[in-house]
Amino acid sequence: MSKLAESSLVQLTLVRFKLILREPEAIFWIFVFPILLAVGLGIAFRNRPPDQLQVGATTPQLTQALAADKGLRAITVDEQAGTHALAVGDILLLAIQTQDGVAYKYDDTNPDARIARMQADRAIQRAAGRRDAVRAENELVHETGSRYIDFVVPGLLGMNLMGSAMWGLGFSIVEARQKKLLKRMVASPMPRWQYLVSFLLSRLAMLVIEVAVFLGFAKVVFGVPFRGSLVELAFLCVLTSLAFSALGLLVASRARTMEAASGLMNLVMLPMWILSGVFFSASRFPAVIQPFVRALPLTAAIDAMRGNMLQGAALPQLWAPVGILAAWLVAPFVISLRIFRWR
Amino acid sequence: MSSAPNSQAEAAPVPGSASLRLRGLRKAFADVVAVDGLDLEVARGECFGLLGPNGAGKTTTIEICEGLTPPDAGEVELLGLNWKSGANELRQRIGIQLQETQFPDKLKVEETLRLFRSFYRCGISVDESIRIAQLEEKRGARVGGLSGGQKQRLAMACALVGDPELLFLDEPTTGLDPQARRHLWDLVDGLKQAGRTIILTTHYMEEAERLCDRVAIMDHGRIIALGTPAQLIASVGGEHIVEFAVSGQMSGGGAVDTAPLAAIPGVQAHREEAGLHQVSVSELHTAVPQIVDALAAQKLHLTELRTHSASLEDVFVRLTGRNLRDE
Repeated sequence: MSKLAESSLVQLTLVRFKLILREPEAIFWIFVFPILLAVGLGIAFRNRPPDQLQVGATTPQLTQALAADKGLRAITVDEQAGTHALAVGDILLLAIQTQDGVAYKYDDTNPDARIARMQADRAIQRAAGRRDAVRAENELVHETGSRYIDFVVPGLLGMNLMGSAMWGLGFSIVEARQKKLLKRMVASPMPRWQYLVSFLLSRLAMLVIEVAVFLGFAKVVFGVPFRGSLVELAFLCVLTSLAFSALGLLVASRARTMEAASGLMNLVMLPMWILSGVFFSASRFPAVIQPFVRALPLTAAIDAMRGNMLQGAALPQLWAPVGILAAWLVAPFVISLRIFRWR
Repeated sequence: MSSAPNSQAEAAPVPGSASLRLRGLRKAFADVVAVDGLDLEVARGECFGLLGPNGAGKTTTIEICEGLTPPDAGEVELLGLNWKSGANELRQRIGIQLQETQFPDKLKVEETLRLFRSFYRCGISVDESIRIAQLEEKRGARVGGLSGGQKQRLAMACALVGDPELLFLDEPTTGLDPQARRHLWDLVDGLKQAGRTIILTTHYMEEAERLCDRVAIMDHGRIIALGTPAQLIASVGGEHIVEFAVSGQMSGGGAVDTAPLAAIPGVQAHREEAGLHQVSVSELHTAVPQIVDALAAQKLHLTELRTHSASLEDVFVRLTGRNLRDE
């Protein structure tokens, strides 16, 4: 009994860990899915070199003048074909040669079309000999940290920590209860607290792998910035994972069947997927529901991680979300210990 | 000597040597009384069977003994301890096999046993438990790939790793095929010989006869008969059961006049169910010809006639008027 490997807490944790690793679906959802999502979003919202805007002109002279502008790509079309191309979105603007000048056909509610209008006019006026009255120079800034991928990575991290903690705890416990394994365990001399703690320990072990893989990928492939302290980021991840583990424990504390647990789990997680600002800022929701949105654990987790990674905020500056997370850790844990159904 | 099988006096073990003592046990769920005033003592080293149909209260009784269900009333004493003050100590000293435990499919046999072994201060080694349960060939196999009998033997091994003084087996062979059942019986035999106290529930009379030193027959939450299998069978009144069916001149089968049957020496009891008559007799070779004659005298035609040695099944039928498997 003196040997560590034979202690029941170590054995319980080891068993949990093995069971997770032997579940291929779980591996997919925990490790592969967030990376796929990040890749997908990274591709969809990648920052390209400034787009060339597609425009059309009715004469070759106009086309040549337009093509002189680096921001435009021009084709020559007759007016009828050009109008059709405009209607189906192949071109943003059609420059029509008129008797005494040029007419622009475009949709002024489309911002890209308005830019095309300005650039096309500038190109045509320059080609006709206009000179700038004031000399202007451009200084270009492409800063990482302001891109969509930078915004969405902390969101995905929070969402992933929520999912893996809640499913990992909730589902396994309810499954053990449904299969009467829980009853068998409490019929043995196993200390009950060790059973619950083994879930938290195996969760933390998984967390290290899970977070390292995901953030490592985000760093290497997308160059997502880490401006805050990594130790503090690790602390935030642990806190987030424990808070959602507590919530998963609460959801699992009474449910007798997997179906009931699934339903409850989705009921708890769905509002957070929508409201907590995984994919867009939670501040877009109306002011009336902001207090509710802010109080959700996932909102707090994501706010804190964005603060750390993107703004380089230190823990004391993040006291509000950290406090909310801590509350979400303590309250569900205490409640579930009281109402937990051991058989 | 066995005219009163439910009297406790002759079957009760010597006080002080009891492994298990139940007094006035009572438990109700909602509106169903599962256990209705139960007294029982099981001696050290005994293999004791709780026998009865589904819903008789066997599992509730055994789970109260295992400390999994608190009784509404009554006292439970195991190994001189009780669940209120000695729960931790008791958990270390008893072994439990529950009905329907499903161990994690993805865990290996050896890993499952190592986990359960880690819960006990002392006990047998994992290897030893695998050997006892005859799972050597499956030690590295995942639980999900085991047959029903192998899973049941694994459950047995999990109950044994703590080297328990008192072993509870709840319907250990339910759902197993005959071969797997016999395999498990051999296992229990081995445990008996090693001197462990075993308390098992079953609704197979054959199993109780084969394994148990003493048996309590339960029905509706009460013990309706208690004794050794031999005592209980003798209490039916005869060692043999004669079953027959008749058809008479009248359509719809013959009505048997039972008075001539009862007058035959050695015939103890008669009952009829769904056209099948049963009488218990002590001497087959003298009773059967007389039964045949008596029926012929009533101008009844025998359509079926068979005999078997009286079993615990017949005891149950005699006491309750029902068959064991009737739900």
